[in-house]
Amino acid sequence: MFGKLTFDALQHDPLQDGAGFSMILGGLLIVALITYYKKWTYLWKEWITSLDPKRIGVMYIIVAFVMLIKGVSDAILMRAQQSIAISESAGFLTSDHYQQIFTAHGTTMIFFVGMAVVFGMMNLVIPLQIGARDVAYPFLNSVGFWLFGAASVLILVSLVVGNFNATGWLGYPPLAGIEYSPGEGVDYWIWILQIAGVGSLISGINFLITILRMRCPGMTLMKMPLFVWCSLATLILIIFAFPILTATLGLLSLDRYLGMHFFTAGFGGNPMMYVNLIWAWGHPEVYILVLPAFGIFSEVVATFSEKRLFGYASMVWAIVAITILSFIVWLHHFFTMGAGANVNAFFGIMTMLIAVPTGVKVFNWLFTMYRGKIHFTTPMLWFLGFIATFSVGGMTGVLMSLPPIDFQAHNSLFLVAHFHSVIIGGVLFGFFAGFAYWFPKIVGFKLNERLGKYAFWCWLVGFLTAFLPLYILGLMGATRRLDHYDPSTGWQPLFVIAAVGVLLISCGIGFQILQIIVSIKQRKQNLDTTGDPWNGRTLEWSTTSPPPLYNFAIIPEVHDHDPFWATKHAKNKQVAEPHYEPIHMPKNSSIGFFVGLFSLIFGFAITWHMMEISVISLIAVMACFVVRISENETDYYIPIEEIEKS
Amino acid sequence: MKKKIHFAFFTLLFSGMALASILYLLYGDIAVLNPKGIIALEESNLIIISTLLMLIVVIPVFILSFIVAWKYRAGNKKAKYDPDWDHSTLAESIWWGVPFAIVIVLSIITWKSSHTLDPFKPIKASTKPITIQVVALQWKWLFIYPEQNIATVNFFQFPEKTPVSFEITADAPMNSFWIPQLSGQVFAMPGMKTKLHLMADEVGSYRGSSANISGKGFAGMTFVAKSSTQTDFDTWVESVKQSPHLLSLDAYKQLATPSENNPVASYVLTREDLYNWIVMKYMMPMKE
Repeated sequence: MFGKLTFDALQHDPLQDGAGFSMILGGLLIVALITYYKKWTYLWKEWITSLDPKRIGVMYIIVAFVMLIKGVSDAILMRAQQSIAISESAGFLTSDHYQQIFTAHGTTMIFFVGMAVVFGMMNLVIPLQIGARDVAYPFLNSVGFWLFGAASVLILVSLVVGNFNATGWLGYPPLAGIEYSPGEGVDYWIWILQIAGVGSLISGINFLITILRMRCPGMTLMKMPLFVWCSLATLILIIFAFPILTATLGLLSLDRYLGMHFFTAGFGGNPMMYVNLIWAWGHPEVYILVLPAFGIFSEVVATFSEKRLFGYASMVWAIVAITILSFIVWLHHFFTMGAGANVNAFFGIMTMLIAVPTGVKVFNWLFTMYRGKIHFTTPMLWFLGFIATFSVGGMTGVLMSLPPIDFQAHNSLFLVAHFHSVIIGGVLFGFFAGFAYWFPKIVGFKLNERLGKYAFWCWLVGFLTAFLPLYILGLMGATRRLDHYDPSTGWQPLFVIAAVGVLLISCGIGFQILQIIVSIKQRKQNLDTTGDPWNGRTLEWSTTSPPPLYNFAIIPEVHDHDPFWATKHAKNKQVAEPHYEPIHMPKNSSIGFFVGLFSLIFGFAITWHMMEISVISLIAVMACFVVRISENETDYYIPIEEIEKS
Repeated sequence: MKKKIHFAFFTLLFSGMALASILYLLYGDIAVLNPKGIIALEESNLIIISTLLMLIVVIPVFILSFIVAWKYRAGNKKAKYDPDWDHSTLAESIWWGVPFAIVIVLSIITWKSSHTLDPFKPIKASTKPITIQVVALQWKWLFIYPEQNIATVNFFQFPEKTPVSFEITADAPMNSFWIPQLSGQVFAMPGMKTKLHLMADEVGSYRGSSANISGKGFAGMTFVAKSSTQTDFDTWVESVKQSPHLLSLDAYKQLATPSENNPVASYVLTREDLYNWIVMKYMMPMKE
């Protein structure tokens, strides 16, 4: 019945126990507070069962912030260990624990911070920007979110029950195979990624159809806001890439559970096939994370320069080029496998080609600012910080696309510094810019600017302090994932500087938390009564802040890619008498939540080989869908009177 | 006034950081930029050339963003404001064209260097190359000298100015064989043979390590690659041949069991085809 699960799974070293207990205490505290304030019914009715993309988007972003704090805590532990671990016995973490921490750091940051902010932003912004009242499949949206939620709970569970994967965030076999990793760690990781991955695919399909089918009248593809264009490209990548991840992890689990040999060198299996497959998903994944950030910056720059986005058509073609190229570069993640000069050179050249459209975007942004009126708000600062860090990251990326240079940089800290430059500088800075930019639209008041700026400077200085030393360390021969090293290498001072950088970044996060608290307290001073706090350009600013459930009382009609700006500056403003019609909306549904709950039970049960429970929970997931299909009254109409009132 | 102080502070801070990094790269003990072998030297030259090429675009971006952001700040009433100017075929052609031209130059460099610096390609030299077979184990490196019939653990010696031809495999999870001062890395994979060629210009001891996570003892998988004169090398080979430890198949199986932070050891090789046996054992079930 309980498979491999025994009470031994709860025993760890004191540090891990401490982390687990404080997490459980935190969870209990939240439960207690909700019970004390009697908010359970409110949570259930307004949030958990909600099919409103604005609500689901907020939930994604709350999870992303919690996971960001977890991921940064992992980073602090790693840097602390590396600052002192100059011999086998030095340092406070065992090799095994250290390896679990960096694996958890990568998995958390990519799947539960990166993907969460991507879908969070899409949920909040896409329906509003395309003038739609909802997404194409509101129920699937909820299912996608709760699968993601189930996976994020499962990764937290792995902190307390048993151990996590210790083989790196992409778990290369044979190390991740049953022979070298017999424990439950890799299984946790497989099922966490499977559940999150299916959730991402479902949400991806939903938003692709939303963009293709639900745009308001007049919004042709070439009149879509740039964020929508970037999202469209991202969604195409998600739909092509995530099935590869699901299949690859499926094969790996067959190896591990049923003794098959897809990826082990014996009996005709081949670990190189795994590495190819996982990067055929993994490289597009990088663009899945960064393209929406490009979209956010395009909106931010145009708005805060009070100027039309420069080179709209160029921008669109650049996105399309990046989308296509991102699928034919995966091999640059393993030039060192010895594929041969022709193959390596081809993938190297394809990789450096991506720099061209990316560079075009940077120049277009700069020329959007040129002859504009630039307001240095927090989102704009994040943009300027992005230009600096992303240029460095992009340059080192092109550098490593030359195979002979990659031989000297691969798996070194130089590589680690490179991808943190593009992921922190691109994805995170982009998200922070979008967060400050759209915050007033979603909640109805602006964020405190002063604290936001403090957070920005802490992040930027902290980022440089943490990662410039890593570039140098990589060139000194320091490889990634070392839990100790010899003092004769001379690396220690640089590791200490890098650790200081992580502390500065933590200060930045502290200021962000403070910023949210202070902004909520002082919300009366920063209320956005107009719905247009930044002198915006696109449709989301034409409705109230926060928008009504149905976003727009009357579906807008557009003739320009900056429709709201055009309306504000139109010479003859004709205000027609509003003509309302009843609005068709979906009813709340708890099925998505139950799909997530049973998937969580399934993931936990199959990790521990509890076969009866896994089969039952899988049947329960199917049953949820059967229940949903049998429901007849899933929608309702909002009557005209109610619309006219607001 | 306060704004100006902030501005000066951050400008100084960031230029200081950039300057410190550059000085460290120039004068610090940077293995990759301080090569001691022909392959590593060419790789290091490539890093410098491509960095300079890319700075053609990156430096203008930095300067431009600085100037544009400053000049067109909302407070500057003298700056021109042209809210509808959003297209210029000439300007856009320049920033599609210039990066594209640089990428073409880089592509040519990539194509050529991928072939000349292919790790599988032997080095042309007047001296006869020496072959060393490398096996990544849990968690140590085994070096087999098939011509000299000796083997070592976590240390190997070779003559300077002589091409060294490595045949690399693993009897463990995947590793990566890397000696930054002599050459870039190549994966060591079970059931696979990869190759690497390098040549040291001078006598010295160079740090090597595994660059790919391979389990619990991965961080301890370091080794020393020592280049010496031909005579010193010959003397060393003779001394290893006196070693009381024999590397038979049974001794190898004992050695291959997981162990961490292994000291240097040397063996006399008694099974000549040991390396092939290690590679082939993954190909089919064997009795031995």
